[in-house]
Amino acid sequence: MEKVILRTARILLPMLAVAALSGCSGIEPWVKPYERDKLADPIMALDGDPVSTAYIQHVFEAREGAKGGEGAAGGGCGCN
Amino acid sequence: MRRLLFIATTLLASFVAHAGVLPDDRADALYHFYDGGGVTIDGPSILVRKKVGKSLSFVANHYVDMISSASIDVITTASPYAEERTQWSLGMDYLRGNTTMTVNYTSSEESDFDAETVSFSVSQDMFGDLTTLTLSYALGDDLVRMSTDPTFEEPLDRQIYGVGITQILTKNMIASLNIETVTEEGFLNNPYRSVRYFDSGTGGYDFERELYPNTRTSNAVGLRARYFLPYRAAIEGEYRFFTDTWDITGHTVSLTYIHPWKDFTFTGKVRYHDQTGAHFYSDLFPRAQATNFRGRDKEISELTSYTFKLQAAYEFLNDDGNDWGFIKRGKVTASFNLLNVDYHDFSDLTALQPIGSEPLYQLEANIFQVFFSFFY
Repeated sequence: MEKVILRTARILLPMLAVAALSGCSGIEPWVKPYERDKLADPIMALDGDPVSTAYIQHVFEAREGAKGGEGAAGGGCGCN
Repeated sequence: MRRLLFIATTLLASFVAHAGVLPDDRADALYHFYDGGGVTIDGPSILVRKKVGKSLSFVANHYVDMISSASIDVITTASPYAEERTQWSLGMDYLRGNTTMTVNYTSSEESDFDAETVSFSVSQDMFGDLTTLTLSYALGDDLVRMSTDPTFEEPLDRQIYGVGITQILTKNMIASLNIETVTEEGFLNNPYRSVRYFDSGTGGYDFERELYPNTRTSNAVGLRARYFLPYRAAIEGEYRFFTDTWDITGHTVSLTYIHPWKDFTFTGKVRYHDQTGAHFYSDLFPRAQATNFRGRDKEISELTSYTFKLQAAYEFLNDDGNDWGFIKRGKVTASFNLLNVDYHDFSDLTALQPIGSEPLYQLEANIFQVFFSFFY
């Protein structure tokens, strides 16, 4: 029972947090939309090549016991 | 052979926040080649992403690993092998206001290992689009088999919980924080791998099956920030901390520099990773069945890895008027990674030295990628 509660809470609590935070529209953005030209440059894209990123993360995950926390991942191995 | 397949979620960066706007329509065709430690792996990866209307985007990916292995694990306790792994992914993004909902399904198949993963994520843009919060959940259902024993079949279940924040900090800087918890339950060890133990009868060593715990929970936190330099170039720093219930603790640091020049974009990256070993790992157990759990997979041993990356991209098609019909932009990218792994507690048994005086194993791998990307 405790397991079920924990599992449900883990899913529901973050969703509630999103719902609550989405109401906070009063904060004034300190970087205006017209000041974001440099951030819109392709060299500033955090993941401009998703296929390549997924592949190389997969290579690291198969060879290092530590994984996750990098925002994306793939499956597979070839690790024997 | 193999595996420690921890399929995480999905396809391609669904955790990297894209709320408020759907991802660009694009098609990528990639060829990858890995050569290191007696293992070669190559194959294609094809991705196609297309919007339908203003609020839906679909993505499909087909990925293949063609593996030929005579690795140190194989040549010390088994036989070289060759085989193929095929992975399919299908995903959909639904944009509503400042919220993007994403669902993905991934299926991976090979002769002795099947994996299916379903993932969901919700991204919300906030504070004048300066902040994007992403919540994700993935459920993995794997089946482990053995090519040498048709009756062997064990399940492995996995759940992945993720929270990510992407934040515009200044006019020149963007950062992201990702937290991920993975719980795994089932057959977590590799059915083919063995542990080494001291044989007091012969004074040498022998092998027995490894035996892992049936559960594992890991937590990872990753922080990265990218900065636009004054002369149109970018620099990125990244740090990741990892810890799990097997007592593996890892630190990963990387630094990336991106420099565009005319129609080219050059990227250089250095990456450092250091981890401790699992509590049930040993390079040489004192006797047979010495502990409840035992493993000698070098991936869960104490190790340090260094990676050096060089990449060049050439944009041969841009959107200021071209004859390619609906295709607006096109680029070709070549990438090379040199991976070095120093194992601090994994002996190289192929050196055939007396027990206890074998040299430590080192891995050096060359990783190539070439890919075409089209945007439409």
